[in-house]
Amino acid sequence: MSLINILILVGLSLAIFVISNFDRTRALRKPLLLTISTGVIFWLQPALPIRGLDFWLPLATLALVGLGWLLTSKPEERNSSASLVTGALVATVVLVIALTRYLGMTGVITPSRPPQTLNVIIVLTAVAIITCFLYKIIRIKSSLPYIIGIVVLLSIFVALKLPVLTEWLSGILRLWNGQSRELASALDLRWLGFSYIAFRLIHTLRDRQNGRLPAMALDEYFIYMLFFPAISAGPIDRSERFIKDLRQPFIPSADALGAASKRLVVGLLKKFVVADLLAMIALNGANALQVSSTGWAWVLVYAYTLQIFFDFSGYTDIAIGMGLLMGIKLPENFNTPYLKPNLTQFWNNWHMTLTQWFRAYFFNPLTRALRSAKNPVSVWLVILITQVATMVLIGLWHGITLNFVLWGLWHGLGLFIQNRWSDWTKPLSARIQAKPTLNKVVTIFTTLLTFQFVALGWVWFALPSMDLSLRVFGRLFGMGA
Amino acid sequence: MITSRFLRNVLIKGLLLFAALNLVWAVFNPSLGSLSSYNILFKGRERLPFGEDSARSYNLSLYDLDAMFASLKLAGTQKSPDEFRVFVIGDSSAWGTLLKPEETLAGMMDAAGLKTAGGKAVRVYNLGYPTLSLTKDLMILDYAMQYQPDLIIWPVTLESFPRERQLLSPIVANNAQRVAKLIDQYHLVLTPPVDNTTFWDKTLIGQRRVLADLLRLQFYGVMWSATGVDQTYPTDYEHAARDLEADTSFHDWAPPNLPADGLAFDVIQAGMQAAGDVPVVMINEPMLVNTGKNSDVRYNFYYPRWAYDQYRQAFNQNCAAYAWTCLDLWDAIPQERFTNSAIHLDPLGEGMLVEKIIAVGILNSK
Repeated sequence: MSLINILILVGLSLAIFVISNFDRTRALRKPLLLTISTGVIFWLQPALPIRGLDFWLPLATLALVGLGWLLTSKPEERNSSASLVTGALVATVVLVIALTRYLGMTGVITPSRPPQTLNVIIVLTAVAIITCFLYKIIRIKSSLPYIIGIVVLLSIFVALKLPVLTEWLSGILRLWNGQSRELASALDLRWLGFSYIAFRLIHTLRDRQNGRLPAMALDEYFIYMLFFPAISAGPIDRSERFIKDLRQPFIPSADALGAASKRLVVGLLKKFVVADLLAMIALNGANALQVSSTGWAWVLVYAYTLQIFFDFSGYTDIAIGMGLLMGIKLPENFNTPYLKPNLTQFWNNWHMTLTQWFRAYFFNPLTRALRSAKNPVSVWLVILITQVATMVLIGLWHGITLNFVLWGLWHGLGLFIQNRWSDWTKPLSARIQAKPTLNKVVTIFTTLLTFQFVALGWVWFALPSMDLSLRVFGRLFGMGA
Repeated sequence: MITSRFLRNVLIKGLLLFAALNLVWAVFNPSLGSLSSYNILFKGRERLPFGEDSARSYNLSLYDLDAMFASLKLAGTQKSPDEFRVFVIGDSSAWGTLLKPEETLAGMMDAAGLKTAGGKAVRVYNLGYPTLSLTKDLMILDYAMQYQPDLIIWPVTLESFPRERQLLSPIVANNAQRVAKLIDQYHLVLTPPVDNTTFWDKTLIGQRRVLADLLRLQFYGVMWSATGVDQTYPTDYEHAARDLEADTSFHDWAPPNLPADGLAFDVIQAGMQAAGDVPVVMINEPMLVNTGKNSDVRYNFYYPRWAYDQYRQAFNQNCAAYAWTCLDLWDAIPQERFTNSAIHLDPLGEGMLVEKIIAVGILNSK
């Protein structure tokens, strides 16, 4: 997102803040959130070379969210007329955006000119008919629909993140569109916010399956899924927490404005001053081959280490700041992760909502499954399997390529080794903790060691190939050309 | 607890402070260009900053001569008594488009380990800057004199001479005051550029681009030191055209004669004056002499034969008339040694040029 994009979104958040300040207009907060969030997924969607796709993908997002709600809402808790109003509002927003095609040859809200209006109407009608049909008939009695839903989401995820598959899919879409298949690229299917929306959808599907999901109206479900401050870079909020804030009448206050302004200013500085300056000197695929000495190679790695933190945590600050302006307190994502004395604590404080998600929906169930297996697995093996599998999955979430697998392995094995080490040195740790000065020295040392380990791990993450990463490792330790 | 009154006061005070800072900045208009991280934190650059693809070349174009020179190795090098300091000014062929710093004319001469007849070590600095304008060269020469050169080598080509081109180079256009002063000082036959800078342009807001460029230049010092890269080197660049249109025009001029005052030889004369006692060697730089289609009409993309021949004649006449030291090397390099333009040489071509310059013995009498 550019600075202009963010400033416009902050302006929209401020408008909701102001509207919520008056008794007569306070009730507009929810419909406005729904309208803006729906519009924003079209507006922020990156331009794509496949004709019309940058309009159809946001529309597909809306269809997936609608389907998600049908699967996760209990029929007895649904309010037909309210759902109809929500559906109509969302469809109207889509139609208005589609009609902007008559305002010029380029996109006004969308990145390119929207498709033919008739096509949009046909698709909207089809989606509406299918939704109404499912609304009437859907009575979920087993876990199968949830499992199918999760499998579908994961399949889309793999199709978008596995370059070979993405390119193949792009080729098919190009062929279908009468465009050259030769030009198909993995970049043709950049789908705004899908990663985060998929996480939220899986969260609601799983929680509904386990009976833990709170009842949500269609508009609440849409707003939760598409909440515009968190659409492109998180954080991944939990539905029950989000809904609580959404349902609470929001009375704007100077406190809220002050807190929001602080987060926004800090976030903008982190992202657009610190991170963007560091990006100029951060390790990447091009400069990794050009760097001529060990010392400078370390500078590039550290620059990347700091840049990725300031960039990501800056975005989080901005999202939290915007949320505060609208009465939604999004969860924290970073808590000084580079100042933690071990890798476990680093991961408890880095991209916290993502790691909590994986802990809840993968790590804990896998651990339980392994521990309660008929043939019990030894504790250390359980730890090894769960840590490595979780971290590899987190790596794969960034992209299904070898470098992300290696990054996941690096951290998974690191966590395992740290876990075993901590276990083994427990008596020694207790003795050290009894001596404050020594404890401080050891903490400083382990913090530096953890930072160093994480910084080296970014080499796998930042560079597109293992070969290149190994060359950089060689350079970092004074080996190789 | 934060109150609305507190927030309002913060906002008003913040705005007032920002406005005051802008006004103070505009009134004092401080020049920060000479504050540089180069030669202190990072090694000095081998040539003036210029770049159109900053993210890949770790370089950028800016127009603050103080900042540009402060980033050079030259600015951080104390001249020793046994150093014979040579500056190479000129256009992109001197700067070295598609050439690494050590492959340029200045880089190769510097690496040659030359000694003057008096035994001084010859150190050669690249002060070329892309864009074709003698006035741009004059401005750089004038500025560079504070670094005590012993000799200036000034390669030129006809495309830098047309009077109408003199003020078009962005670096000239963005240094209106400096150029106007040169025009006045040396009575150049040029209309002084109008300095449209308003008071608001001098505020922090008005200077934001300049300040951001200055900061970016400092940050790219890391990448310059780490990689030694200061431009992109595409392998699949478009080669200079060999087959040409049968077009006989040169700028707005048609054969048979170039207008009497169309070429700005007075700017060269000004350069000589600016150099004072420091000798200047003018080089009519090598260019691609085509043998392809319509080569009977044009030498290359830039020049129809009639215009270039007349220019050469005028160049040599001026050299003789004013006793300038000149080398006419226009056809000294074979056409296969040119890269993406009719004046850009590859490393082998630069090597040939260096040999020819050294062979003339311009350092023998020093």
